Amino acid sequence: MITLRALTKHFPGSLAPVVAGIDLDIGKGEICVLLGPSGCGKTTTLKMINRLIQPTSGKIFIDGRDTDEFDVVELRRRIGYVIQQIGLFPNMTVEENISVVPSLLGWDKAKARARAAELLEIVALEPSMYLSRYPRDLSGGQQQRVGVARALATDPPVMLMDEPFGAIDPINRSLIQDEFLRIQTRVRKTIVFVSHDIDEAVKMADKIAIFRNGHLEQVDSPDNILARPNNAFVAGFVGSDKALKRLRLRSAGQVATHGDCVIRAGQRSEVADELMTRHGLGAIVIVDDQGKPMGFFSKEQADSEAFTLSADQALPLPGAVKLEDDLRSVVSSMFASGSSWLPAIDQQGRFRGYLVQSAIEQLVRDSA
Amino acid sequence: MCAILTGIPLGVICSTNPRLAKFVLYVASITMTIPSVALFGLMIPVLSLIGQGIGFLPAVTALALYAQLPIIRNTYTAISNIDPALREAAKGMGMTTLERLRRVEIPIALPIIMAGVRMAVVINIGIAAVSAYIGAGGLGKIISRGIAQSDTAQIVAGAILVSVLAIIADYGIGGIQHLLTPKGLRTRSSARGRRVEPQSALSGTPSDFKQRQS
Repeated sequence: MITLRALTKHFPGSLAPVVAGIDLDIGKGEICVLLGPSGCGKTTTLKMINRLIQPTSGKIFIDGRDTDEFDVVELRRRIGYVIQQIGLFPNMTVEENISVVPSLLGWDKAKARARAAELLEIVALEPSMYLSRYPRDLSGGQQQRVGVARALATDPPVMLMDEPFGAIDPINRSLIQDEFLRIQTRVRKTIVFVSHDIDEAVKMADKIAIFRNGHLEQVDSPDNILARPNNAFVAGFVGSDKALKRLRLRSAGQVATHGDCVIRAGQRSEVADELMTRHGLGAIVIVDDQGKPMGFFSKEQADSEAFTLSADQALPLPGAVKLEDDLRSVVSSMFASGSSWLPAIDQQGRFRGYLVQSAIEQLVRDSA
Repeated sequence: MCAILTGIPLGVICSTNPRLAKFVLYVASITMTIPSVALFGLMIPVLSLIGQGIGFLPAVTALALYAQLPIIRNTYTAISNIDPALREAAKGMGMTTLERLRRVEIPIALPIIMAGVRMAVVINIGIAAVSAYIGAGGLGKIISRGIAQSDTAQIVAGAILVSVLAIIADYGIGGIQHLLTPKGLRTRSSARGRRVEPQSALSGTPSDFKQRQS
């Protein structure tokens, strides 16, 4: 979708090029995060894509077409652009801000208005409340939602985002990131995203390109970057808690096992014992008729004597995690409860499997 | 009026070209420092060539020249002080230079441009009084006659009238300035009246100018 070939930018008067011969391929519908310390050339690279900065040499292709062939104004109108400072025009209402590019392209008013309302819905702002407001009446997070809506106005296939959530406070940042990922599953844009925050990159990216001094140090999936950094620089950049970062990339559902290893009230303890032995588990969950977990029996309980199981005799569950929770929060709940395993439940609250500490540890240790 | 028509475009052009801006502002500043009586005097031989040495035309020409500086400078300052992020956003969205000026930069700069116009008008009312000496008539005539006749009452009457005119003009343009300010930029406290007092390149209140001119 976007291809950079030997892209170089050398500002006159500076000794070394800011961007030195970068090759990068970004697939359709992918979020590629350009990551690196400040001054590494990531923003310059981004701005060369919409030609806010003219490359010294090298080529950029979008959908196979050389961007130099486009008229620069036309090119920019086909690319959504979101910047850290947001840059909403204070003299225009939210609606007018979103409709800037549509009106430049000569859409009629009604169509532009309908589109603005639709986009506000997408970014989770109530259109009837926000369309006629001015940017100064919005919080930073709301402003950037409008900024994203504005970039999406003409449904461009490509979006460039220059540290879009960098100026937003941490709580709202995480919210707006989740929101944005949700939007992305719907709109499937090809996105080039500049960031200097490894956590943000790991969360948002399908692919991370790590920059240093105008060169690419490593281009890979977030998991690979964390598991197998190419060199000391990348390893230093991802930080010493990379194992914990990797946990965030997996959901509980991917690790939950033995979903069928359950017992119901009325079954004998010998059955439970046999099931635990077969599956190699130290505990077994007892479920009700709907499949909801009610408690558990330990191996010792089942071993010690033979009895008919009932929910009253079961030990209370150490907690529960949802299938879509990431492993980082699973591990956190595990530490909090002091248990070496947790049951995973689905949206309806039905038991779906066991999350075992040793399995998670194994996963982190593997270079997956 | 004439000064608005030439001053604002000049200011806008200056904002796109810093070297030109330096030159234009320099020339306008020099013009501003020429004492009004001297400028009126200079107008006489020049405009005599077309038979208009004294009277209305030289007065208007001189006033237009005086009005240039506050208008050009405020226009230039207002546009070049616009948040660079807005310019980048506008560029990145694919606005041409003209679209950017028309939709974003001029509307945002308008309150400060109007502050320049307002100041120019007040300065001009003061200077216009002096133009009575080259036969342009107006309120200045009352003052100059008062001086000639050593009639304090006439001088004071003329001065008060000029002041009143300046104050009315100041309030009037203040109102226009408020109306032209885009809604999203208006300060809430100035919902009505003329509390809009944007910082301008030339600082000073209208009354300062009157004192300086008299």
